[in-house]
Amino acid sequence: MPLPGSAQRWAAAAGSWGCWLLALLLLLVTGPGGASEITFELPDNAKQCFYEDIAQGTKCTLEFQVITGGHYDVDCRLEDPDGKVLYKEMKKQYDSFTFTASKNGTYKFCFSNEFSTFTHKTVYFDFQVGEDPPLFPSENRVSALTQMESACVSIHEALKSVIDYQTHFRLREAQGRSRAEDLNTRVAYWSVGEALILLVVSIGQVFLLKSFFSDKRTTTTRVGS
Amino acid sequence: MQVLAVLLCLSFPPSAAFYLHAGEREQKCLIEDVPGDTWVSGTFKIQQWDTGKLDFREPGPGLGMFVTVTTYNDEVLLSKLFGPEGTFYFTSYSPGEHIICLESNSTRFVSVGERRLRIHLDIRVGEHDLDAAIAQAKDKVNEVTFKLEHLMEQIEQILKEQDYQRDREEIFRITSEDTNSNVLWWAFAQTLIFISVGVFQMKYLKDFFIAKKLV
Repeated sequence: MPLPGSAQRWAAAAGSWGCWLLALLLLLVTGPGGASEITFELPDNAKQCFYEDIAQGTKCTLEFQVITGGHYDVDCRLEDPDGKVLYKEMKKQYDSFTFTASKNGTYKFCFSNEFSTFTHKTVYFDFQVGEDPPLFPSENRVSALTQMESACVSIHEALKSVIDYQTHFRLREAQGRSRAEDLNTRVAYWSVGEALILLVVSIGQVFLLKSFFSDKRTTTTRVGS
Repeated sequence: MQVLAVLLCLSFPPSAAFYLHAGEREQKCLIEDVPGDTWVSGTFKIQQWDTGKLDFREPGPGLGMFVTVTTYNDEVLLSKLFGPEGTFYFTSYSPGEHIICLESNSTRFVSVGERRLRIHLDIRVGEHDLDAAIAQAKDKVNEVTFKLEHLMEQIEQILKEQDYQRDREEIFRITSEDTNSNVLWWAFAQTLIFISVGVFQMKYLKDFFIAKKLV
């Protein structure tokens, strides 16, 4: 039975409002969440800053690790929109810092390699803002999540933590490998260098001693005659 | 109406993007260490500093971003000029470090402190953006299907990463074993050199002293 004209118009209007509401809610749900992770190279005597707009009350986590370079340490500093320093550490190899944004605005975090004269550093950081968007946005649901959806949600959470552990393991292994390769080259150069120095010094000693005795011989003969 | 709603969703990127400041012609590079056959995509947006309004604004016409992607052995995978806003993507063939470099093609060579660019950046590794498809899903079964596809992609990415990890650990182990055998051979060689040089020195000096009639 077809709807009367006015009811049809009302249904169409409600439908369109529903669409806009859904879009708006999806924006609110997906807007503030997410994580950004970046690996970048920090040249010596350089400073690199990153900025992110965060809403008040969002729980954020900053995690960083130095992968290659020198003593594997870097300076890190996190400031809120008013310039107040929330976190400041010098020469840290890795660290993790969680905070809740007390005001809206642009938060700034900087990595500095200004204390180093000639080593480049490779730095990895992971900045997590808020919670990740939920797997199933629940605005247009009339019932609770079905069993399949809740199984999907728990699989998703488990996979996210697997990926997180995997990333940390990868970084640790990269750091260890970088140290091992440094050690290998240093041992190779040092062993060749020291063998050469040894030969040169010992042969030099012999000829130097020879030269001492030759001089004495000529002076004694001159004195005698 | 529904199309408009979907377009509205698409116009707001679903994950948090940060931004960084760069000089006008400065190149900013970042490193992505990925296994082979991995799809990597990045979304960027440039804003230009306006000295009049003292704030960042949308860039003028003609300003673009030159994106270059090179592998660790200097093979170029992607080298393209984009507009002030865009998405680039590439698939890695071999595992290793891929370097993504961004440089604006601004014609202004002098970069004073005020004239800087703000680059918004968002990089995704291994996962296609299925949110658009999910928003269009007609019913629950389709939605769950798309989410399952997303989960399967995540699992595949984890497996690839694990295989790559196994290869890297082997290189690490070989390097450590090389260092160990280097040190061992060097210790033997050094002992031999010591002994032979000591014998040489004594013999030579003995002959020398006998010749000089000191002994």
